[in-house]
Amino acid sequence: MTSKSHPILSMVTSRIGLGLLSLLIVSLVIFSAVSFLPGSYASAILGQNATPEAVAAMEQQLGLDRPWFLRYLAWLGAAATGDMGMSFAGRPVMTVVGPRLKNTILLASITAVIAVPLAIALGILCARFRGRFIDKFLSTSTLASISLPEFLVAYIVMMVLAVKLQLFPSMAGIRNGMDFADQLYRMVLPILTLLLVILAHMVRNTRAAILSVMASPYIEMARLKGEPEGRVVLRQALPNAIGPIASVVALNLAYLISGVVVIEVVFVYPGIGQAMIDAVRNRDVPVIQACALIFATAYIGFNLIADIISIVSNPRLLHPR
Amino acid sequence: MRQQDSDSHGFAPSRRGFMAGLAAGAGGLTLPRLALAQDGPKPGGKLRYGMNDGSQQDTLDPAGWVAVMTGFAFNGALCNNLVEFLPDGTLAGDLATSWESDDGALRWTFVLRQGVKFHDGRPLTAEDVRQSIQHHMGEDSTSSALAIVRQIARIDIDGDRVIFTLAEGNADFPALMSDYHLSIFPAREGGGIDWESGIGTGPFKLDSFEPGVAIRLLRNPDYHKPGLPHFDEVEVLNIPDSTARLNALLTGEVDVIEDVDIRNVALVERNPELKVVRTPSLRHLTFDMNCSVAPYDNPAVRKALKLAIDRDDIISKVFLGEATKGNDNPAARIMPYFAETPPQHDYDPEAARALLKEAGLDTVSVDLSVAESAFPGAIDAAVLFQEHAAKAGITVNIVQEADDGYWDNVWLKKPFNASDWYGRVTLDWLFSTSYTSDSPWNNTGFRNAGFDEICKAARTELDPDQRATLYAQAQQILHDDGGVITVAFVSWRLAMTANVGHGELGGILPADNHRGAERWWRIDA
Repeated sequence: MTSKSHPILSMVTSRIGLGLLSLLIVSLVIFSAVSFLPGSYASAILGQNATPEAVAAMEQQLGLDRPWFLRYLAWLGAAATGDMGMSFAGRPVMTVVGPRLKNTILLASITAVIAVPLAIALGILCARFRGRFIDKFLSTSTLASISLPEFLVAYIVMMVLAVKLQLFPSMAGIRNGMDFADQLYRMVLPILTLLLVILAHMVRNTRAAILSVMASPYIEMARLKGEPEGRVVLRQALPNAIGPIASVVALNLAYLISGVVVIEVVFVYPGIGQAMIDAVRNRDVPVIQACALIFATAYIGFNLIADIISIVSNPRLLHPR
Repeated sequence: MRQQDSDSHGFAPSRRGFMAGLAAGAGGLTLPRLALAQDGPKPGGKLRYGMNDGSQQDTLDPAGWVAVMTGFAFNGALCNNLVEFLPDGTLAGDLATSWESDDGALRWTFVLRQGVKFHDGRPLTAEDVRQSIQHHMGEDSTSSALAIVRQIARIDIDGDRVIFTLAEGNADFPALMSDYHLSIFPAREGGGIDWESGIGTGPFKLDSFEPGVAIRLLRNPDYHKPGLPHFDEVEVLNIPDSTARLNALLTGEVDVIEDVDIRNVALVERNPELKVVRTPSLRHLTFDMNCSVAPYDNPAVRKALKLAIDRDDIISKVFLGEATKGNDNPAARIMPYFAETPPQHDYDPEAARALLKEAGLDTVSVDLSVAESAFPGAIDAAVLFQEHAAKAGITVNIVQEADDGYWDNVWLKKPFNASDWYGRVTLDWLFSTSYTSDSPWNNTGFRNAGFDEICKAARTELDPDQRATLYAQAQQILHDDGGVITVAFVSWRLAMTANVGHGELGGILPADNHRGAERWWRIDA
């Protein structure tokens, strides 16, 4: 890269290159790790009917009798052309993973649309009224909700709102035939749980990012010039804190895609986390690979976006000398 | 409501249900409901069933059915077999009305029921049956039913008759046709069956199927069994997490859940709107000794270990009373030709010590391989066994194996291991898969020529009395000399709302022999 090319462009190209390399390494690690696990798809599926002949026949049909690195190369060749292959159960991987991915993205986007503005607003509020009641209250309660394991939060939410008050269904199992309003109604409890889990992290980091900017001399200058405190926070501090805020938001969004498996299990939500667990249990390698790649892509993609945002928001990085 | 368990339709009253019925009856409150329940099944309503073992691998292909979820929805609701097991354990015709064999149990002729239609209106033909069975046969078959269909040399059809010629005689052949994979699907032009469209002859038609999530089925108005089914709609939901499953039942999201956790049984039974239904099953939990490996090759050691375990203690502490004591016979009480194998092996450390002394052994030390995935509670049971055996001078070293891969690396390989057997429909099948010398899952390494001969003779014996005598001998040999320590038999344990009505439940397969969808009804319909 020459230093003359545009900083965003050069970063994006190098990041995408590194991202593809990471995906390659992830796929290799997952593939070999699954190959070293005891048991195979055939014995997992055939269970107590697994006669040696049936296992051998199934492994031969699936090509599992070949060494794992040959299978990996074959998989890689197909994946490079965008063909994720067939699940061992005989359906294309994308028809297995696709609907689950759609559900996960639906849950993640609704949660994000609520959580991100709310978290930033609350973080700003804490920073503006630092040390006052609202700050102390939010700091304490977010610390508490970070400390609780997510499944406990989920069960408490379920016990209060579904079992005791019976306001919402305990099962978020959305299905194809349901209309959107019904799906939304079923998704209220998982969304609420996820909000409690990710809000805290984002609020605390937003607050910390703004407060660290607030210690700079130019903030002092703005205050001396008589700017009202609210204006100082919003106009002077916030724009300079966007970089760190964007990266914590990115981290939480990636978590919403790849880390919500516990909540999926508790609320019986048919998301991609459950799909991956199911696939690992059955040693269905093509599906495991697809899920792992989706998770890795989510992390790489969101972090790339966060970095772009922090460059755009920082004139010194945007217009380097 | 709770005495639904005891008052309706021949369901044997458990002591608890009976007492509850008495107590409630004394208040005079239950009389109207009693009358209601006696009105019998009602049409209408919806059944929502929370299962625990659905998977995105699930398929409509009968060769690939492994889960209870597919068994209940596809075998039990969507399809029929040639024969079915009734709740009382007798074999009845379903798509076949009668069957007979030649003297050697070698050639079996099934006569098909007249007027049966597939869901798309096609009439059932003998060719459909032939193709449906052949679907599991062939060189490269990966069907779970391969072990059964391998016995078939050829299938002929003659009008409404299907004639199976076996490689070797087998008096149990009709019973094996009840295997849930052998569901009948429509034949395709030019061979094979069309399972992809989800068309069967069963009480319900397929509405939607999302693998690992949900299966929805609607009533088949042209079903061949008069008056059945009762429900208008059945929905089967996959809820793998046991807490989530119980919550779904408590909040009314589902009507029935599979496999309620034993620690939550009391919670369900306290709730007057819910009930727990237990059905004796074939499933048994065992510690298996390999009879061809020292020290288990010594019959005295095997016998001593059988007497050095306190089954009652394990059942009360590990299974919280939700199990029936085993007697070192792998056959379940509900199976045809089950025989009592006296004496009941009970905890007797003195007798065990005396046996070892007689055999010239002062102490015995054994390594018992267990994992939680061997059977639920296996590690706890092994720890108790260790304590029990110590009093008989036997040292049990517990080797805790990895959960993952237990069935590949430990079972059949380590000489003393914990095992979870789902059982087989017939004694012949049970013994020929796991206890005869050449059986593929001979986890006890049992090689007993006398036992093998009895099994071989019983297999082609068509006289029921003769078979009963032979099988009683075989079971006694396993009890006295075999390597299996049968700790307990467990029941299928469903939790359901009191609004679901049912008769006696079949226990050979889970969920009322998979046929709950056609046999149950809603009391509040």
